[in-house]
Amino acid sequence: MNDFLHDWGLAVITFLPLVGALVMLLIPKTEEQTHKLVALGTSLAAFAVGIWILFEFNYDAAERMQFTIDRSWIELINSRFIMGVDGISLPLVVLTLLIVPLCLIYSLNHIPEPGNPKAFLILILILETGMVGSFVAQDLILFFVFFEVVLLPMYFMIGVWGGEQRQYASIKFFLYTLFGSALMIVSFLALYWLTGADSFGMADLAASSGGISSTAGFLIFGGMFIGFGIKVPIFPFHTWLPDAHTQAPTVGSVILAAVLLKLGTYGFVRIGIGILPDPAHDWAPIIAIVATIGIIYGALGCLAQTDMKRLIAFSSVAHMGFVMLGIATLTDYGINAAVFGMVAHGLITGMLFFLAGSMKDRYHTLEIKRLGGLLVQAPRMGWILGFCAMASLGLPGLAGFWGEFPAILAAYQPAEGLSETLFRTCMVIAALGTVLAAGYLLWLLQRTAFGTPKEEFENNSHVSDVSPTEWTAWLPLLVLILILGFLPGLMFDVTNPAVQAISSVTGG
Amino acid sequence: MDWFLTHAWIIPALPALGFVLILLFGKRFLGPTRAHWIGVPLIAVAFVLSICTGVAWIQHTNDPHGGPLADVQEECSRTVQATGSEEPAEHADEGPTEGHAAARGRSVAQEDHGTEATTTQEGGEEHAEAEKHHDTQPVVRCVSWFDTGDHSFTIGTLVDGQAVMLLFVVTLISLLVHLYSTDYVNGDRRYTHYYAFLSLFTSSMLFFVLAENTLQMMVGWELVGVCSFALIGHWWEEKPNSDAALKAFITNRVGDVGLIVGVIVLFFGAGQSFSIIDINIGANEGLMNHTVLLVASCCLITAVMSKSGQFVLHTWLPDAMAGPTPVSALIHAATMVVAGIYMVGRLYPVFFEGLAIGGSSINLLALVGGVTAVFGALLAFVQKDIKKVLAYSTVSQLGFMVTALGVGAWTAAMFHLFTHAMFKACLFLGAGSLSHASHHSFNMVDDMGGLRRVMPRTYWTYLIGTLALAGIIPFAGFWSKDEILAGTGSANEGVGNYHFALVMLLIGAFCTAAYMTRTIWYAFYNGEYKGHGHPHESGPVITWPLIVLAALTCVIWLVNIPTKFFFDWRPPESFTLKFEHYVEPVGPFFPGSSDNFTHAEFNGWIAALSLLVAGGGLLAGYLFYWKRALKPLENLAEKSRLAAFFKNILVNKYYFDWLYTDVIVHAVKKPIAAAAYWFNQKVLDGVVDGAGKTAVASGRFVYDKIDQGVIDGVVNGTAVVATESGGELRRTQTGRVQQYAALFFAAAAILAGIFVLVIG
Amino acid sequence: MLLNQFLLLSAALFCIGVYGVLVRRNGVLVLMSIEMILNAVNINLVAFGTFHGIAGQVFALFVIAVAAAEVGVGLAIILLIYRNSRSIDIDQLDELKG
Repeated sequence: MNDFLHDWGLAVITFLPLVGALVMLLIPKTEEQTHKLVALGTSLAAFAVGIWILFEFNYDAAERMQFTIDRSWIELINSRFIMGVDGISLPLVVLTLLIVPLCLIYSLNHIPEPGNPKAFLILILILETGMVGSFVAQDLILFFVFFEVVLLPMYFMIGVWGGEQRQYASIKFFLYTLFGSALMIVSFLALYWLTGADSFGMADLAASSGGISSTAGFLIFGGMFIGFGIKVPIFPFHTWLPDAHTQAPTVGSVILAAVLLKLGTYGFVRIGIGILPDPAHDWAPIIAIVATIGIIYGALGCLAQTDMKRLIAFSSVAHMGFVMLGIATLTDYGINAAVFGMVAHGLITGMLFFLAGSMKDRYHTLEIKRLGGLLVQAPRMGWILGFCAMASLGLPGLAGFWGEFPAILAAYQPAEGLSETLFRTCMVIAALGTVLAAGYLLWLLQRTAFGTPKEEFENNSHVSDVSPTEWTAWLPLLVLILILGFLPGLMFDVTNPAVQAISSVTGG
Repeated sequence: MDWFLTHAWIIPALPALGFVLILLFGKRFLGPTRAHWIGVPLIAVAFVLSICTGVAWIQHTNDPHGGPLADVQEECSRTVQATGSEEPAEHADEGPTEGHAAARGRSVAQEDHGTEATTTQEGGEEHAEAEKHHDTQPVVRCVSWFDTGDHSFTIGTLVDGQAVMLLFVVTLISLLVHLYSTDYVNGDRRYTHYYAFLSLFTSSMLFFVLAENTLQMMVGWELVGVCSFALIGHWWEEKPNSDAALKAFITNRVGDVGLIVGVIVLFFGAGQSFSIIDINIGANEGLMNHTVLLVASCCLITAVMSKSGQFVLHTWLPDAMAGPTPVSALIHAATMVVAGIYMVGRLYPVFFEGLAIGGSSINLLALVGGVTAVFGALLAFVQKDIKKVLAYSTVSQLGFMVTALGVGAWTAAMFHLFTHAMFKACLFLGAGSLSHASHHSFNMVDDMGGLRRVMPRTYWTYLIGTLALAGIIPFAGFWSKDEILAGTGSANEGVGNYHFALVMLLIGAFCTAAYMTRTIWYAFYNGEYKGHGHPHESGPVITWPLIVLAALTCVIWLVNIPTKFFFDWRPPESFTLKFEHYVEPVGPFFPGSSDNFTHAEFNGWIAALSLLVAGGGLLAGYLFYWKRALKPLENLAEKSRLAAFFKNILVNKYYFDWLYTDVIVHAVKKPIAAAAYWFNQKVLDGVVDGAGKTAVASGRFVYDKIDQGVIDGVVNGTAVVATESGGELRRTQTGRVQQYAALFFAAAAILAGIFVLVIG
Repeated sequence: MLLNQFLLLSAALFCIGVYGVLVRRNGVLVLMSIEMILNAVNINLVAFGTFHGIAGQVFALFVIAVAAAEVGVGLAIILLIYRNSRSIDIDQLDELKG
């Protein structure tokens, strides 16, 4: 069995959801309950395999690719079917495998309008394949394929099950991301031709990337910068995000925030820095500046919001700013913080979107002005909101802190050759961003959870406390936020060797 | 006994456990009114353990063994690692930081041998003292927390005199507050949550106190902040309460920026180590760049300003009175606000070197503290709310402590922290008792009065607290305040010559005595009771903590008897300066052995001056309120426009609230955020939407003009030509056979003709 | 005997036939004119056959046979035309007009 896991485990977790989706295609549309169970079953099975991988993973060699699969694929263009996980991908893969079943549990009784669970759940499963595939793919073309696979289900999810402006939001999301992808694939191809590597395998490319000229490298990285940057999203490519988040159905927002955004940052770490360490040096100051702008700017954007979901969406811009700042330092501290920040943000913001969705179910509005007194009407939910707000503003002892603080720390001393003055300025500004984060999150908490309910909802029997399904879907996230907050070593120890392997090249 | 020192982590763990238990089981198994069944016993055990730790520490100090860092676990400190390893040269190739640490290690070793050389310069009297001090060892225990980069970060406990002292204070006050609350908060809508957060608050503070490294300190620091948020906003249904909670938290976050930056600067300054021992040794032995220390200390002062309510960032503290009174007592006496003082004390070498405290006459710390001491005290005069008076008095007293740290009187600061905790808790709990009697009002001017007869216990304990706060001999406040005044070094050999600080503190002391007299007058005298209902003395659960604290206020000064009194009278040496001896760390991680660092001795003149000033304050209050002897000063604001002007400033709290809330926060919340969002929607999103629209427009253009016009035109044109020519040609198709035949023949004839012509 | 006389006769006959085909409106007469054209060809074939071997006469016999068939079919068509339109005036037959 172990041999099978080592040989095929990654392919299993990647394609199992797709198989589930195919099975569901054969089941008639009216069998809604069966659909839900099949979808949940497959994703749980994938999660189980993921957990198994987690146990079988050799943590002493986390810097090496493990569970590798290397088969010939498209020989014509020298692209191979290479998969593997190391310390950086592993947490993200497991995060994805965890989030999707939770979303499906939540969907058991929260299918958004206009219904049709069959299609909805199939889309989620396809998404899962794309996301997991992106994190395990070790070949650029394979990565690109999975990266694009993610787009379409999300497009339909927003476009069909979204809010009032779903058409606009979904088109914007789709086209914006596609635009980035186009630049990205151009960069990939340029990389392949200019390095003269044997294949599109990332390891091959990394080994031979030293040969390209610095101008070419700069441009290639620039293409990736825009491609991944849009996905992250970094300032100023972020405007699709609030619209997509606000319009997407709850589960869509959760997946978008928890996993999709990480494809971009993961791409920066794995492909950007991993393959092109020298151009990364040239770009690092630019990334640091836009990241820092994003931190302040996202926070200010949050303060201006009147809609709770949009506010949370904007907070992602600020949080991903911290992640990008960590990456820009090119040091092991910074990249470790970035990977931690990705997972922490996935858990926390995912959780916040779950909450926003559940509140919308109860109040039928997320307009902050009309909310209030959640703690009176649904005390447990109010508590969870408070807990998540605290986690999100980076309270030590909860997961958010370990993404933020080490990133700020790393900015004090960036990798060799980067301007200390610039990065230290960024450090101070980023630290100021934490004040604003506290400001908008607590203000949100005050306006929604504190006080007494507004008149219109005062005697509303819809406003019930957290339901059992919600508890099941949320508890793992809440527990993880707490555990990772107290024992950050659980993750740092996994990512550190892999990150050091990368940062040793960048001089961090 | 060393067990207590090495297992100090149990102390914060107990209330933390209490938090979890109360939260999970409090309401379900104990019902809504019995959460204290879990909270009180656990904190009591923590208190007992703290006392045991204290005893263990005293034994440890009396019976030292090993070198200065012998009890520091190797993993916790790079310095110890460097000295501990047999071949330090092995690490030398690992870059400058390792070499740094090794160099530091060597200097520690030299320190050990050089003890005699330094001590001979000091007075012979202090020789034995210094010798003992040098062997005082902090007990540091830690476990690996996480690895990132090449570093393993640890979490653990640092037990030394300072920590032990604060453990005692925190657990004592917290225990009394826990007990007191069983009556005071009884029947509250969220009794369970109240106790849960009280436990977590205590736990966070203890965690902070025992922190072995600055990162851990930061965690504790923030957790304390969050608990204060939850407790200040305990009655969050009313907006002013949640506003106060938000204000407290966000103001603290502003200071935290300083903390974050300061900690980071120190981390890199000390060769990538968070360890307090490493940082202090690095600062104390001149291994860290002076600029680094200066920047770090300035940043950390910002943090102190917010947490300890120092001037310009103090505004949250009076608002924090929105929480339940026992919480205020806890915040003001033992947890939260003293965290800033404690942090400066912990990292004292950084400040001492960074601000060049030794031999100087002014620095940022002393300035901030001095200004706060006076400005905070002035604000207390215009308050009607008795809790706000006490809150401003805390601000002012914290100013005393900060000044003490600023002028180099470390022990005086810690001693004042210690005594202040006792009498301030006493006063706050007393104010709570008053409000308990007068139907939950804190307005001493309008709702109290004449309560001394009905509430004798409260009255007497409050009076003792007041006298201590005013600094009247022999209550605790006098001794600690006097040490601070002496420490400014204006009259005798202190660390420097901080005349400005002395003047400010004396003004502060005068004001303190005067405004406290004012509270006594309004609450306990001032004719008859003015509030609703019939006031009554509070029950024993409320008064006993008051009595305990008042008693402690009377005797606690005995722990730090000066070596000589007025007229050179010297008490037996075995009784003197025990606090200094056991609490003050001396060694490579404290500037105590520095040439610039001397302990100011008791000075008769200063003591007399301080008594005179405090007595003057009391007398002024007495004359003004009781005797009405200062007629010209009564209603001064109505008589003099200048006085009215100043009163207006005070009533508006120097307009800081206006500046912060209405100007800064409002600006960020509304125009700036709105502008950013406008920029986002109109400019950035405008670009995106514009790109989309341009794409659509150009698409339409291409479709309409080029595609439909040109390319499709060609295709259509072909068809048109074919149709037209067909139409023309069809005319030849008449259907008349004869015509066809005619053409046929004609054609045949022509072909034949051509044939003949060509061939022929 | 000279070949030319035969050829002239045949040419004259041909021209008369062509004239008939082009001008006459009566379908039967057109058919007869075609017959004349065929006979003009026959005269040519026979004349050439006399001077250049037997093949000409053979072809002439073939033409006579084909002409007989042609007349048969042609008369049948005209009969049908008459039945359909009660007229054998070919000027009126312009159903194939484009």
